[in-house]
Amino acid sequence: MKKKGVQLIKDGRRIDGRAFDELRPIRIEVGVLKRADGSCYFELGENKVIAAVYGPRELHPRHIQDAKRAIIQYRYNMAPFSVDERKRPGPDRRSIEISKVSREALEPVIMTEFYPRTTIDVFVEVLQSDAGTRTAGINAASVALADAGIPMRDLVTSVAVGKVDGEIVLDLNAYEDNYGEADMPIAMIVRKNKITMMQMDGKMTKDEIKKALKLAKKACEKIYQLQREALIAKYSEEIEREEQSDEQSAQWLKV
Amino acid sequence: MEMYKIVVPGDFLSRDVKRAGEGTYVEDGCVYAHLYGILDEKDEIKVVALSGKYVPRRGDVVIGRIVDFSFPYWVVDIASPYKALLHVAEVAEEGERIEMSRMHEYLDIDDLIVAKVKSVDASMRVELSLMKEFRVRRGDRLIEISHTKIPRIIGRHGSMIKMLKERSGCFIFIAKNGRIWIKGREDAVDVVSEAILMIANEAHTSGLTDRVARMLDTFRFQRRIFRKQGAAGVKERTEGREVGGYGSVGSDMRESESKSESESENESKSECESESGSGRVGEGGERLV
Repeated sequence: MKKKGVQLIKDGRRIDGRAFDELRPIRIEVGVLKRADGSCYFELGENKVIAAVYGPRELHPRHIQDAKRAIIQYRYNMAPFSVDERKRPGPDRRSIEISKVSREALEPVIMTEFYPRTTIDVFVEVLQSDAGTRTAGINAASVALADAGIPMRDLVTSVAVGKVDGEIVLDLNAYEDNYGEADMPIAMIVRKNKITMMQMDGKMTKDEIKKALKLAKKACEKIYQLQREALIAKYSEEIEREEQSDEQSAQWLKV
Repeated sequence: MEMYKIVVPGDFLSRDVKRAGEGTYVEDGCVYAHLYGILDEKDEIKVVALSGKYVPRRGDVVIGRIVDFSFPYWVVDIASPYKALLHVAEVAEEGERIEMSRMHEYLDIDDLIVAKVKSVDASMRVELSLMKEFRVRRGDRLIEISHTKIPRIIGRHGSMIKMLKERSGCFIFIAKNGRIWIKGREDAVDVVSEAILMIANEAHTSGLTDRVARMLDTFRFQRRIFRKQGAAGVKERTEGREVGGYGSVGSDMRESESKSESESENESKSECESESGSGRVGEGGERLV
């Protein structure tokens, strides 16, 4: 969409060697912050984001309380060092928008009616950015919310699709995002096949969007599995760790 | 040994809609999890949460901390997103009137109370009534864990708590909101708090009762050794060794609380305690002789 003249696809491979429908490697860790009620570290290729969830907790000022349900506050923030050229710290138009759409992507699954008058605060910090940070942020936030014990109907999964050199590709990196023709981040509830967020920068035809959505759906199923596994692994890991400490205490007994 | 099955929000659990219990929701004739936790299918289909905030319910017995005065109420923190209110009439004798200016003489800021949730209305206004013995003495130990771990500390039909009480000789009071009041010999209180934090950290694992039993027995075993060795032997063991200030405090309520206020700090403490444990118990032994 921006500049021309960069060849982004060579011999059916993308600039970083991926196939069109290939995701970047993903790593998810649950419960990485001790102070937060729930947290998650999410890596999507070069993207590194951390999500922290606090609450439900008391909400002030009181006039923004909702007598029927909890409200959700979502803050997406990029670290000054997350991009090549130092980003001026603090919220800007872009991050305010991302915070809003991300919040709205998660709101449909959170059962806010369980905690009237409170707030559930979600903080997403981008430590390193390589296009697709809002999708990484939503994935992380969704896992962190579950980790905080907040009632949810489902997990939300997010991925970006786009058009690069006339091809529909999955999970664009910064280069493809900058020099490609379109970028479309999507968040969805995988099990119900419902979309909770969809944005687009650039242009695509109707057929291309259909194709892109199909691709996104497949990718979300994959990411959803990883989110699930990460949550389950948190407690199985602890079981292992604790078996070790069992051995330790056995030794202690011998002394 | 039974294995726990961990489920995440949105997991399909069953088609048996009638058995849908806590932590689940029904949609299109199917039961799904709405919490991240342990699946329990014994009679109802339930998901037992592993984390989450305490929400007061009528009849719950809680330990609260006075945080403010708002005549004619005390504002009480009950380890929940919602503050609770305690009316002055709860404290007053028959026909006695408590003036606003004298409220602090009855209950002051930071005082701890044992109370029952009298009512919770739709707007989450929580009112408390005091229990008969409501004062938690300064000097007793108070530890705070996630309220989701309380059933595990009580154990099936009270088995765990019974064991903790019997083997340590401590008075232990468990409140619904995750606060636990322990009273007794200092070294015993230390061991009990350690055991409770262990249970809280490993609540989702099996064979926990045995491990706690072993831990408490080790404590008793060590005590017996020190008694046999006599004062000289103990001194030898403790001399030249930095015994952490852990066991020696506890006389001041605030201090012992700040110790346990953040579970995280305690976690790291109990982690390293497997090594330093003998030294610490040694200190207790010294006092014994």
